[in-house]
Amino acid sequence: MREGLNQMDFVIAAYAIGVVGTLAMVVWAWLAMRKAEARRDETRRHETRHNEASLDETRRP
Amino acid sequence: MHGFANPKRFLNIARWLTTLLLVSGLVLAGGALAWGFFMVPPDRLMGDTVRILFLHVPAAWLGMGGWSAIAMSSLVFLVWRHPLAALAARGAAVPGMIFTAICLVTGSIWGRPTWGTWWVWDGRLTSMLVLLFLYVGYIALAQAVSRDGGSSRIPAIFGLVGAINIPIINRSVVWWNSLHQPASITMGKSAIDSTFLIPLLIAVAGFSLLFGGIVLARMRTLLADIQTEARLRRKAMG
Repeated sequence: MREGLNQMDFVIAAYAIGVVGTLAMVVWAWLAMRKAEARRDETRRHETRHNEASLDETRRP
Repeated sequence: MHGFANPKRFLNIARWLTTLLLVSGLVLAGGALAWGFFMVPPDRLMGDTVRILFLHVPAAWLGMGGWSAIAMSSLVFLVWRHPLAALAARGAAVPGMIFTAICLVTGSIWGRPTWGTWWVWDGRLTSMLVLLFLYVGYIALAQAVSRDGGSSRIPAIFGLVGAINIPIINRSVVWWNSLHQPASITMGKSAIDSTFLIPLLIAVAGFSLLFGGIVLARMRTLLADIQTEARLRRKAMG
């Protein structure tokens, strides 16, 4: 051990960076996925409603 | 494999597998890190800094594993034109880059008390830094191709060519003089005592499960974006 450094300070710094980085990545990937899938489902619902409305109009005498 | 390339079938499997991988990965990796931090005794030579092993080694393994996944998916995309293979390659890029960065930062923090320096330009550290730059280049290229409607073959070729760096990283401690120690775990052999080896293997398994879960989440995000864009384009064309 050089310069009387406290080894546990380095261990804590490494764990803090590693754990925070990993958790941030998991949360970001999960939230981005939920948002993208909600947006897709919304456009799908909108398209279905639009198609049904067009179909009703063609059936109207 | 062709059956799995169907987006609908992929989503049916990915919906439950993403959560399973993320939860089991968090439990295993969290448990292994707690074991390494609180329960493992200090090493005879490295003292308490040996605890960084349980974070640094899985990060290094997944940094290299991420690019291997990009290269394999790119090969599948170029040969069989599976669209999901291109998504798998793009899905592995961000987690691979983050784990490479974690490996470099934790290695640098480990180097200061053990080597007396934060950084040396030796083969292992430099080739790992090159891997980080390759990830940044791949992500930028894939985003540009996706935004401007270019060919997905360009990032796939980049992914394949970049794989040259993986054996260089692996053999760097053998080919060049390095402050970095040689491999402690090889096929069927380990120079690490079981006191450290067991939590290390659990940490590697846990982080690998997390990596798999993140790749699936990224693939689902990219697939949903493509499907939304296609619907909006159809709507705009009337």
